[in-house]
Amino acid sequence: MAAIANNMVVTAPTPPIAVNATALTVRNLSVFFGDNHVLKSVSLDIAARAVTAIIGPSGCGKSTFLRALNRMHELVPEARMTGEIRLFGDDIYAAGIEPVIVRRRVGMVFQKSNPFPTMSISDNVTVGLRLNGLRDRKLLVERTEQSLRMAALWDEVKDRLNAPAISLSGGQQQRLCIARALAVQPEVLLMDEPASALDPLATSKIEDLILELKKDYTIVIVTHNMQQAARMSDFTAFFYLGDLVEFDVTRKIFTSPAKKQTEDYVTGRFG
Amino acid sequence: MTAPNHNWRKFKNALMQAVTFTCAILVVAPLVLVFYHLVKEGFSSMNWAFFTQLPKPAGVTGGGMANAIVGTFILLGQAALLGVPIGVLGGVFLSEYGSSRLNWWVRFAADVLNGVPSITWGIVVCGLLVVPHLPGFSALAGGVVLGMMMIPLVMRTTEEVLQLVPNGYREAAFALGIAKWRTIVQIVMRTALKGIVTGVLLALARVAGETAPLLFTALGNQYWAHSLTDPISALPLQIFIYAIGPYDDQHRQAWAGALVLLLLVLFVNAGVRVLTRDRFQRKA
Repeated sequence: MAAIANNMVVTAPTPPIAVNATALTVRNLSVFFGDNHVLKSVSLDIAARAVTAIIGPSGCGKSTFLRALNRMHELVPEARMTGEIRLFGDDIYAAGIEPVIVRRRVGMVFQKSNPFPTMSISDNVTVGLRLNGLRDRKLLVERTEQSLRMAALWDEVKDRLNAPAISLSGGQQQRLCIARALAVQPEVLLMDEPASALDPLATSKIEDLILELKKDYTIVIVTHNMQQAARMSDFTAFFYLGDLVEFDVTRKIFTSPAKKQTEDYVTGRFG
Repeated sequence: MTAPNHNWRKFKNALMQAVTFTCAILVVAPLVLVFYHLVKEGFSSMNWAFFTQLPKPAGVTGGGMANAIVGTFILLGQAALLGVPIGVLGGVFLSEYGSSRLNWWVRFAADVLNGVPSITWGIVVCGLLVVPHLPGFSALAGGVVLGMMMIPLVMRTTEEVLQLVPNGYREAAFALGIAKWRTIVQIVMRTALKGIVTGVLLALARVAGETAPLLFTALGNQYWAHSLTDPISALPLQIFIYAIGPYDDQHRQAWAGALVLLLLVLFVNAGVRVLTRDRFQRKA
């Protein structure tokens, strides 16, 4: 149903996705930075139209895992990976697949909000479309409103779309970054601690937003905040020192984890 | 619990404060002195004729530096055409592409070039363009030498301001599936635009006053240059010729010329200040 409703406003049709479909299939993923083995043979399936949380102590490889999902880790010159990641069946590391193409399908929101300082609010929303060659003014205007509405920011900024993006508050800037990522209509949205730099009120707005977005999008979120993971996610993966220790339904991870290590971490005994 | 050396420490503090204050004043003093002297000696000669007339023959009072003023701008225009694109794109390479090993050598070369005495640049371009009559003493040769001097200056400042652009903006653009070159042009360079323009203006101000490299490239000209292959006058050249001339009127005009040159540099620097004042602020 959600897919059909979505198609009525969205121009590029998103194929209807079956309930319980798998968005990303990760098999034996290892990532190295130089001699440093950061991720060790990780395999897991990320469900479509659900929130998957990645938790674990600092340096456990959560961010690296997230960035491997849209090939952002390749920005580090000595980075190298083995294994396989499939996005709705397509091998995103296949020969001839440009990272740019992958990133149009797998969007990302960062810990520190980073709206482009030279651009207005509306220019920030449409930048991904414009710099990928979209010129249709009408469509850009349409997509601006649609993306800002999805990011729950429209009512706050609709009267000042041409104001500089950096005139917004921290929480608004982060929602603007989410709108910017949504405007290019990705299939998956990666979020790297999207609320950790925000105050509690702004954080709860982002969390509400994520719960709303999962109706249409596949969301993978890295978080340091255990309560946040428990509140929002459908699935949780616990990483430790580059290993995927445990991956299961969120409720199970937080109430009856299979591994002692997971239990120790989620109950705050270490990390 | 009385501190035994309390007064001694207070004295040392006051002394050092006075020393550093004196040094700060010594930095400002030359500018004030130079400006005072130039205004005193040159202002009376800065009349309408100075800006509109050609130099009179030696010994004849009056005339002006119109051709030298225009010549300076023509030389700077050529220098910018050569120095800005190469310098800016070189800076983009250093900041956005390039391996650290290669960059080390390019930076090293640029820094050495920035330290090369300007007369050396003059000799090189003289040997390349003037001696083989390609096209000999000319505005072109003068523009080339100033442009070559600008390249390493512009390249290093461009690299520095591009490095100041937070990496988060690059990542944000890449994560939207924006191609690298578009990210560089539309996000990174646009964010650093004021800094790049500042670097270019400062490099122009720096080469505007160069005299030595022009001596055997642009050569100087008592009349208007009719094409870029003619020798051309420039303010520093005309100042040099008049300053070593025997007549009082020539000396006065040399002072006036120096004043104009200083005002030009001051103007550029003030413009840069205005330009960089509201970084990351813009009118909605």
